[in-house]
Amino acid sequence: MDLEYGPEYQDFTKEVQSFCKKYEGLSFIDSSNNPLGSSGGSGGPKMSRSEWQKILIKNGYFARSVPKEYGGYGGEADILRSRIIAAEFSKSKTPGAMGGQGIDMLVPTLLEMGTEEQKQAYIKPTLHGEMIWCQGYSEPNAGSDLASLQTKGELVGDEWVINGQKIWTSTAQYSQMCFCLVRTEPDAPKHAGISYLLIPMDTPGIEIRPLVDMTLNAGFNEVFFTDVKIPAGNIVGKRGEGWAVANATLGHERGSLAPPDATMNRVNMLMHLMKKETLDGKPLIEHPIYRDRLMQIQGKVLAQQSHALRLLSAKLNPGTDVKIGKMIQKLTGTELRHELEGLAIDVMGEIGTLYEDSPHLKNDGTWQFIYMYFLGLIIGGGTSQIQKNIIAERGLGMPKEPKVEGA
Amino acid sequence: MYFGLSDEQSFFQDNVRRYLKEHATIDNIKHITSGDEKNLSAEIHKGLLNLGINGLLIPEKFGGLGLDLLFAAVVSEALGGGVGPTPFIASYVMAPTAIKHAGSKSQQENYLSKIATNEYRFGVGFSEFIGKRNDAGISFSDNTLNGRAMFVLDADDATHVLLTDEQGQIFVVDAKSANIEIVKLTTVDKTRQYSEVVCNNLEAELLKNSSDSTDPLIHAIDAGRIMLAADSLGASQTMINKAVDYAKERKQFGRVIGSFQAVKHMCAEMAADLEPCYAMVWHAAHCHDNSPNEARLMACHAKAHVSEMSKGISKKATEVHGGMGFTDLLGLHYWFKRIGLNRQILGSPELVREEAYKAQI
Repeated sequence: MDLEYGPEYQDFTKEVQSFCKKYEGLSFIDSSNNPLGSSGGSGGPKMSRSEWQKILIKNGYFARSVPKEYGGYGGEADILRSRIIAAEFSKSKTPGAMGGQGIDMLVPTLLEMGTEEQKQAYIKPTLHGEMIWCQGYSEPNAGSDLASLQTKGELVGDEWVINGQKIWTSTAQYSQMCFCLVRTEPDAPKHAGISYLLIPMDTPGIEIRPLVDMTLNAGFNEVFFTDVKIPAGNIVGKRGEGWAVANATLGHERGSLAPPDATMNRVNMLMHLMKKETLDGKPLIEHPIYRDRLMQIQGKVLAQQSHALRLLSAKLNPGTDVKIGKMIQKLTGTELRHELEGLAIDVMGEIGTLYEDSPHLKNDGTWQFIYMYFLGLIIGGGTSQIQKNIIAERGLGMPKEPKVEGA
Repeated sequence: MYFGLSDEQSFFQDNVRRYLKEHATIDNIKHITSGDEKNLSAEIHKGLLNLGINGLLIPEKFGGLGLDLLFAAVVSEALGGGVGPTPFIASYVMAPTAIKHAGSKSQQENYLSKIATNEYRFGVGFSEFIGKRNDAGISFSDNTLNGRAMFVLDADDATHVLLTDEQGQIFVVDAKSANIEIVKLTTVDKTRQYSEVVCNNLEAELLKNSSDSTDPLIHAIDAGRIMLAADSLGASQTMINKAVDYAKERKQFGRVIGSFQAVKHMCAEMAADLEPCYAMVWHAAHCHDNSPNEARLMACHAKAHVSEMSKGISKKATEVHGGMGFTDLLGLHYWFKRIGLNRQILGSPELVREEAYKAQI
């Protein structure tokens, strides 16, 4: 057991700190048409998101291991450096790099499986925040059973003609591009009939309808495709290989939904609130039942933080067995965050139900919002029940449910 | 940066596991817990002493191995995994820790070197400092102790007992004295010993550095808590393994029950609950020796959290076994009961969480 990062990382931490200080309070001149990532602060320098992405890349604080010719920094992947960057940016008032499905999912997929031409065309503008992507996976009748998707792609001449509907498509209204799973081989078995296509969102025949969720935000969209025509070359991998291509990126999504450090920040925020808010003249924290519930959750979050260190160490030290350890992250992380936000609502009682711009709102109403939002994350990206199947079947080697004929 | 066990720690743990697998078989556990084979548990104890479990935490200058608490934690995990029917937590972890921190130089030399040679073995009775039940409690005056300590660990056949008074001072007493009465308590967990110690003008030696600070006492209690968490961790893992194996074999409705989601999800929940406990216990043990600022919080939370997770696992794993899980025949209940005891000893979850809160304000 050695929890020290080593002297070169201490120097690096200082370097990142002084960088953050230099750009403290940075704000964006174009944040309204680019909602991915922080909205920025105030009182610091002003620039476009794209300029900021380029500065971060130039310093090696973003896209560190993406080759230079594709717009990255061109360095070695360094897990500890990434962790220091994330930690220091989250402590400071300097906005971090943009995220989103293009950066988090499409770029790693193209780096692994894209053609040279695709890498040249898409990676750089995506990293620079000039090309936003949405993910066209789920359909009304293909949720947990994603591979049963029915949106059709037919190769006519040198074009794919796409017809069908996608749902739960976040950021579709801001996106230039969509990476989309489409059934191109109708006669093949269900997993082998899917292709991974790249669809420009300004192609005629695409209609986007906002889908308002329980938080009352239009966090998602429905996207309808009617005779949408794209070039035949807009495919990643071969025809029928889309399922494998998509699975490579699902792994990128699942691990990062609910990092325990972020949950611990919320625990600390709740403890602060419970010291300030009173019930019958006594701070909430002095009510033994509320206090014990907070401590229970703090213990759970501490366990997940230690677990995250173990997973980090496994990345640095190949050969360490953390198979089940990785599989449980989505399930335990999202459930715990939801539980914590719900506790905050409980301790506030009636005040906990206030929402939007109501008087007496605490912490800008984030407790209710995140409580509901995380229910979405518990369901999305593979429900908790699907996660349990994965843990039991792939982690514990338990047999699959017998197949129903025709499914 | 490396977060995990060293090769030496894994190797030592494997040795303890292998020894228990061979000698603490379920048949032997049944004999030991029914009380008809007293020699059997002494033999197992002796075998584990040969592996060196008594000297783990004792500095090399006193003849021990001079290892850290993480080492002891992985041993404790192995003992929980195999329901090891021997003293460990009090005799070889809490007592050496208390003496190291509270003893004068000569006291350290005298007691630690004799623990290392197995000339002395200590029981430990600190429960009243954590929470005094009814009229229990010990007071000190004129170099003698009076009163009762309940749930004294590992006191059966011990040569000495460590006791504490209301101020948190730590005393060494002779377990063979005429003024001490060690009453065996029967708990549901018959793989380990719990006693009540009654002192009647019992002569006691104060460990010098505990007279003006409760730090050594708290340090020893926290070390014990991390051991109990590790023990429950090992016991829970065994229960999960048994449940998963059973669910892969047992057939009903023409298929193995592990293919039903109702059963498989219980198994997944158990695994998801337990997996982070490994890192938490290791981290708590590491902080105990290396990070004084986090040590208290981690020890208290590890004890409470692993207790909570283990309780759920002990229930679910039993249920996966159906009616067989409920029988004495299968012996699954030894792990169930061990987890049940670990939960209450040295502070139940609510008590320990309250300490965790107080440790951060």
